[in-house]
Amino acid sequence: MTEITAPRDTAPLTDPRDLALVAELRGGLPLTSRPYADLGARLGMSEAEVLGRLKALTEGGVIRRFGAIVRHHEAGYTANAMVVIDVPDDRVAAAGRLLALEEGVTLCYRRVRALPDWPYNLYAMVHGRDRAVVQAAVEDMLRRQGLAGLPHAVLFSTRRFKQTGGRYGRPQQEARA
Amino acid sequence: MQTAYDFDTRLLNLSQHDFPLTPRPYAALAARLGVTERVVLDAFRLMREEGLLSRIGAVYRPGSVGASCLAALKVPEDRLEAVAAMVSGFAEVNHNYRRDHAWNLWFVVTAPSVARRDAVLLLIEEEAGLPVLRLPMVEDYHLDLGFALS
Repeated sequence: MTEITAPRDTAPLTDPRDLALVAELRGGLPLTSRPYADLGARLGMSEAEVLGRLKALTEGGVIRRFGAIVRHHEAGYTANAMVVIDVPDDRVAAAGRLLALEEGVTLCYRRVRALPDWPYNLYAMVHGRDRAVVQAAVEDMLRRQGLAGLPHAVLFSTRRFKQTGGRYGRPQQEARA
Repeated sequence: MQTAYDFDTRLLNLSQHDFPLTPRPYAALAARLGVTERVVLDAFRLMREEGLLSRIGAVYRPGSVGASCLAALKVPEDRLEAVAAMVSGFAEVNHNYRRDHAWNLWFVVTAPSVARRDAVLLLIEEEAGLPVLRLPMVEDYHLDLGFALS
């Protein structure tokens, strides 16, 4: 079995009060006038503590983005392509950094290959309103980036079975729903 | 004339980044849009009911909160519905999509610990009776800047 390693340069969050806040936030910030106070009330934290922790997590880079999380599909972006490419290991980081800058690429990751079934190691997500337009944009992007000659595949999502927030937070809350 | 759709688009684009970390964030957004706090709250509630808004929340740096793994299954067509439902039934599965490829079921397992994540992957493998591709992240090249709506 493939060894699963943590992404580089990251340390897991360990402060129990931060973890409790992360778990409570999973359901979304309350849509109330004083949402941080209301969230804190469920955790035994003051509004100031909630705000202070969220600011510290944001400034420290643990929270990469805080705000509205939109469902692409409901916003009309129904053509959702996962582009996967088999890039030689010594080129993958440079290729990933360039692809990430492409307009239309919303996520760009290097992942472990799963040989022999799955040779691809670079992933880019591209969203659009029309499948043919997205397909053409992807091929154009791969050509411009000098990646079109590498083994690659474009996997469009054809049905969504589930999309929710992640199950982060405290293990005791992780009983099967 | 500004329509409700235009207003929602402006509100979402404004609130995907730099969401106010101040005691009354919806009032702060409302002030920037020239409306009342009530209008902003009602708009968000409606968007959430309609499914456009998943939530107001945080996107974490990969690896910093919990352990996750992209995974895939190659499911025979006549079993896809049942296997997809089994996979979705795990609380630790937060994305589950069909994609047009021989590896046709793609999902993300996110758990509080590596041990729990790997246990869920094994359970799915056993219940499906099919090998699961495990595709953990090595490196992230993108800053999640949200999603510009137009």
